[in-house]
Amino acid sequence: MNRKVCILLVLLSLLSCHTDSDDKISNVTISFHFSHLWDGTPVTNEDFNDIKFTIENGERLSIERLRYLISDLTFTNPNGDVWVIDAYNLVDVTNAENLTFSPESSIPGGVYSNVSFTFGLKNEKNMDGVYPDLNSTSWNVPQILGGGYHYMQFDGKFLTNTNVEQGYNYHAIRAVDNSGDQITYPQDTFIIVNLGPVTLINNAMFQIEMNIAEWFKNPNTWDLSSLNQMLMPNPTAQIMMYENGQNVFSLKSVESSP
Amino acid sequence: MQHWLAHISLFLTLIGLSCSNEGVDAYSPTPSSLKIPPLFQEKILNPILPSDNPQTVEGITLGKKLFFDPLLSGDNTQACADCHMAKNAFTDTRRFSEGIDGSMGTRNSMPLFNLAWNYDEKFFWDGRVFSLEHQAFQPVTDPGEMKSTWVQVVQKLEQHPEYPVLFRRAFGQSSIDSILVTRAIAQFERTLISSNSKFDKFLMGKSTLTVEEQNGFDVFMDENRGDCFHCHGSDNNPLWTDNLFHNNGLDETFTDLGLGKFTGDPADNGKFKTPSLRNLAFTAPYMHDGRFTTLEDVINHYSEGLKHSPTIDPLMKKVAQGGVQLSAQDKADLKAFLLSLSDFEFVINPDFNTQ
Repeated sequence: MNRKVCILLVLLSLLSCHTDSDDKISNVTISFHFSHLWDGTPVTNEDFNDIKFTIENGERLSIERLRYLISDLTFTNPNGDVWVIDAYNLVDVTNAENLTFSPESSIPGGVYSNVSFTFGLKNEKNMDGVYPDLNSTSWNVPQILGGGYHYMQFDGKFLTNTNVEQGYNYHAIRAVDNSGDQITYPQDTFIIVNLGPVTLINNAMFQIEMNIAEWFKNPNTWDLSSLNQMLMPNPTAQIMMYENGQNVFSLKSVESSP
Repeated sequence: MQHWLAHISLFLTLIGLSCSNEGVDAYSPTPSSLKIPPLFQEKILNPILPSDNPQTVEGITLGKKLFFDPLLSGDNTQACADCHMAKNAFTDTRRFSEGIDGSMGTRNSMPLFNLAWNYDEKFFWDGRVFSLEHQAFQPVTDPGEMKSTWVQVVQKLEQHPEYPVLFRRAFGQSSIDSILVTRAIAQFERTLISSNSKFDKFLMGKSTLTVEEQNGFDVFMDENRGDCFHCHGSDNNPLWTDNLFHNNGLDETFTDLGLGKFTGDPADNGKFKTPSLRNLAFTAPYMHDGRFTTLEDVINHYSEGLKHSPTIDPLMKKVAQGGVQLSAQDKADLKAFLLSLSDFEFVINPDFNTQ
């Protein structure tokens, strides 16, 4: 009798395992790695502090500080179901920190018609002072500009037409007009970066590239002689950054990761 | 029966002896967690507390005694507290610190508060030391400061009537070494928390700003005027520093390389740690070399006095014009706001004084 019970339990357990492997869709973990280029030439922090890059408008510049926020990794399947990894990551190129973002959440493996992330923060998540880690690194936007957080801090120096070094602060935030009595927001300036369709079978590492030169190129040829500093309170400049940022990021590859 | 009674009696005696011995030699320091101010708790990440040097009542008591004791100097004339006075938010009023033999340093003594929130743990104006414990090593043996040796210091402490007992209470051993000395001092220094300025109270709804202070805050936060917030934080960061290193346009050429001397990277030349703007009412003179005696001098520097150099931070605005060109009213109001960050309770806190 005991032997029969044992055999039954083993069979049941084997059947159980079999059923699991057939019916459950295994989850996969996701990592995003960010690398940086200047029109095809790799850029790291070792290239910083040297006036060696030329923008579309002709000015030569250096990069001294580059960090930006990405959030909301979003996976949409062909049925229209959406998985959002509700997290953010401050990519710090200056210190080569957080270049790889590996959120704790996983998503079901399978076919996705689109993967995207947000450059910056969507408005409803861009609340003033609510993220202690971002407050601790002074990533805030002043409340006189609507509060919340920077999307990007991109600083360096360029050579003026008289060959003098001049600082620039290409800081992207939510476009805001505070010239009147009330703050108004002319348009959203966070950027949804669409990476296209992917099929995820195993844990995956998305290799994302930022072409830094693109921030100065298309559709607005950026003129650093007139747009270099005090750009945060300038909604026109913020909208131009938003427009130029549409094609800054691209997906280089998706690699299986352990 | 008598046999069993004898055994029980021996057992109880041994227990009694054991308890008695514990009473003499036991090492049971009392944990003393940092009192994290509500604004800090709400706004920023937790402080850095090393796992190998937990805060204890006994460690802090010892650290405080060491901090105020001139015994640490070569000729028993100078304590840490001589250059880091409580009434000056733990700096002093001199431009340069003076060593025991009268020699003058080249840097202004740094104020000491909220040190546990220095997340990168880079200390000194040039960031040359990692961790608060390691920072405390240097002034004791610096020939321009306390000019002692750790052999001498340890010898004096071991021969002292009180210290061996205090070290045993704090660390469980009466043998003393430099590591334990610096650990104790670091524990005390971490308790130096400043969080009760008028502006803190304003943020907590317990005070109101004057019109001048409010406009000064707006100047501070306005990228078109002061643009101070990129380096010094905001109402969302009660530290009022980014604890990073910048060249803020003081000089065209450098006699003191600052961070660059430590890293060896020319791109770091002329960079110094951003000081907190808390407690400016007590911490003059200002800058790493104490060159400015008043807050007006400091504000004028950013408004009209910036000097270009290859490593000047690009966050410095309108360098070609000398700076951001604040109006006289904005300058006065900015000063009023900056002074609202001073914590008058901190400088008289009896926990931080010898009294």
